Amino acid sequence: MRSAHRPDYGALMSEPLLQAVNLQCERDKRILFRELSFSILPGTVTRVEGPNGSGKTTLLRMLAGLNDAWTGELNWCGSSIANQREVFLRNMLYLGHRPGIKPLLTPMENLRALMAGRRPVSDAVLRQALQGTGLSGFEDVPCRNLSAGQQRRVALARLLIADEPLWLLDEVFTAIDADGVTALEALLQQRAAEGGAVLVTTHHDLALPGMQRLTLGAGGVTDER
Amino acid sequence: MNVEVRPVVPLASSSVGALAAMKGVFSRDMKVAFRQRQDLLNPLLFFIMVVTLFPLGVSPEASFLREAGAGILWVAALLSVLLSLDHLFRHDFDDGTLEQLVLQPQPLFLLILAKTMAHWMLTGLPLVILTPVLGVMVHLDGNSIAVLCLTLLIGTPVLSLIGAIGAALTLGLRSAGVLLSLLIIPLYIPVLIFGTGTVAAAAEGASVGAYLALMGAFLMLALTLAPFAAAAALRISLSNG
Repeated sequence: MRSAHRPDYGALMSEPLLQAVNLQCERDKRILFRELSFSILPGTVTRVEGPNGSGKTTLLRMLAGLNDAWTGELNWCGSSIANQREVFLRNMLYLGHRPGIKPLLTPMENLRALMAGRRPVSDAVLRQALQGTGLSGFEDVPCRNLSAGQQRRVALARLLIADEPLWLLDEVFTAIDADGVTALEALLQQRAAEGGAVLVTTHHDLALPGMQRLTLGAGGVTDER
Repeated sequence: MNVEVRPVVPLASSSVGALAAMKGVFSRDMKVAFRQRQDLLNPLLFFIMVVTLFPLGVSPEASFLREAGAGILWVAALLSVLLSLDHLFRHDFDDGTLEQLVLQPQPLFLLILAKTMAHWMLTGLPLVILTPVLGVMVHLDGNSIAVLCLTLLIGTPVLSLIGAIGAALTLGLRSAGVLLSLLIIPLYIPVLIFGTGTVAAAAEGASVGAYLALMGAFLMLALTLAPFAAAAALRISLSNG
């Protein structure tokens, strides 16, 4: 399957998946950022940086389409997202502060529900994904009986089966133990090597080789490349 | 750590149909509800309590109850649906599943329609099923009970659908209860008037066809418009949240 897609690969590497032009966002009558432009190329991990309240979460929510209070231009593969919302959503995976896990359902049921509108996935694959995040033995335990970190891991199991080219990950390292962090870092790097694009916000000391930084801050925006 | 090979190529469209996505939303809501049964019982108990308290509080005379019975049942059903509305999106909002719902590559109004259908199956439908028993309790005759059940069967989905708009609009607020009622009750009034009017007409022996047709029209209107309005309201609430 992978080799079949190789030919597209080279052409895609040069074209940005996501392009932001002159973004401006206002929240509670305070301008979080203005004239923010950047492009996200395939095969990159970008860390969105900035102090608390600098708009990292807001930026990711904007990119995901959860926040409408912004002006500017957002393009997916060269054309405006507003005109191809469903296509963009199919290509984007967003994990937010709130894990999106129902405490009353088991990890399996949660994953099944999360994948229901995206693509058909067999139970065997879901089980494998849960095992991959270290949840073997907990597949059929209601999530409210799991620890905060384990609940996060249920949400992260989606990354193991996600085929979306763009990942927007907001504070995914929260409540994850040291081993989990190492595995997650490796996963992000592997994803970039596969040609995916990852945007991540974190207060964890993340330093992947070749990682790009997008810095938001009081003194305007710098895009260090 | 990877479990399968994932091509990294922008995808053209969703590989799952909207119907499968709706089924996923519906079955998840049903599962969650049945693991939290006390929440399921609340609107039902409320319904039963209001209907049983009326004869005690006003008059246990059969003649009064026969006349007021349909109205009492309709008002009680309306209020108990109203009571359950705040939960429609609230839990999903708090645990983040609502965000993931909105981000599904599917038409949002269809997913909301599926959610509302689940809500009706869990609140409206049990009320309709209980109605014959409570109808006998308030001395309604067989024909009136049948017509009452029919009006509730058509009317309660309208209550759920209109309620979804209000629930979506008030989602971002911390205490939404009163505002939700204020927004929704004016829209419930026509349904209530025609619901009880149908039963009154049936009790007088008049034809109820026209009334039922109007209620059916309400249902169609709500089915086609409410999911769109609720979807738009939901986006606004999430954008502020």
